[in-house]
Amino acid sequence: MSRKAVGDDIWKNNVEKINSELFTLTYGSVVAQLCRDFNNNYHEVNNQLDKMGYNIGLRLIEEFLAKTGVRRCQTFKETSEVISKLGFKIFLNIQPTIENWSADGKSCSLILPEPNPLTEFVELPITADDKIAKELWYSQILCGVLRGALQMVQLDCDVQFVKDVLRGDDRTELRLKLNKILKDEVPAGED
Amino acid sequence: MSSYYLAIIGTRDNPIYELEFASFKNTTILSSPSTPNTPPPIPGKARFAPNVKELLPFIANSSLDLIEDAQFTSNQLNLGKIDTFYGISINAFITPGNIKFVLCYDGNVKEENSIRSFFNEINELYVKTLLNPFYAVNDAIISPEFDLKVKQLARKYL
Repeated sequence: MSRKAVGDDIWKNNVEKINSELFTLTYGSVVAQLCRDFNNNYHEVNNQLDKMGYNIGLRLIEEFLAKTGVRRCQTFKETSEVISKLGFKIFLNIQPTIENWSADGKSCSLILPEPNPLTEFVELPITADDKIAKELWYSQILCGVLRGALQMVQLDCDVQFVKDVLRGDDRTELRLKLNKILKDEVPAGED
Repeated sequence: MSSYYLAIIGTRDNPIYELEFASFKNTTILSSPSTPNTPPPIPGKARFAPNVKELLPFIANSSLDLIEDAQFTSNQLNLGKIDTFYGISINAFITPGNIKFVLCYDGNVKEENSIRSFFNEINELYVKTLLNPFYAVNDAIISPEFDLKVKQLARKYL
């Protein structure tokens, strides 16, 4: 069975689903509350979202491996395919397209399809200085999730947004960059 | 061609949104030669007399008492025509969250049905705006998106 079919199958039969409005509004209130708590310091809001996502990712990977039963990927290209066709599919029911591979095959872009389930109903507020549209990455939590999950399978990656439709860009683009493959190490003092 | 003034008023009787516009229908009147000194009317542009124009926010706000009376005598959201003032008719709609939509228009246009559909769609638009996590109840609505959609609805129904 192809990866896409596996993803569809798991989504249909093996995933607990929740109302999408509840999900969108919950995430929306988290972001809006962070903006208030940090006094519109959007860099800090991005950081916090990233940390939350990281902590989700560390746990989510176990669930992901249990549900899909995928084996270790041979190449980073394969990893990116698993992320899109299985990861995003079974947790968010979207399949980002992967493009813009760098020559060394270590970084690529994930294009999130519209509508992005996190940003339905959302419009960034209009202010005189446009600060929020320049600084806030509304869906930053996704970066954290990917970073956390990939780290747990020994892939040290940088994940960041480069474009977001909310800011008026033509599409929503996530940049994924592989730094290095971590070695399986025996924890100190256990040899 | 009748002119309209739409105001959305919050729970603390604060203005949230307002728009003046005119009907795009009855374009036959447009083609008839107007008197030489008056410029031809522009479709969609309100043509309230200047002395009425400056009174419109007052007319809308003075109907709030009537709306509050009417809200307990009816279980409908659409309160229909609730007042007239110097030939300006006033229709109102009250959302379950106590936000009032007030529409003032000149002439005795018999179009209760289209006004009702207009209000219902505005209500849907308003609910969508309210679902935006960055929007709080009673904030002014300054989103150009909302403005555009309201104008499209006006064009469709009125």
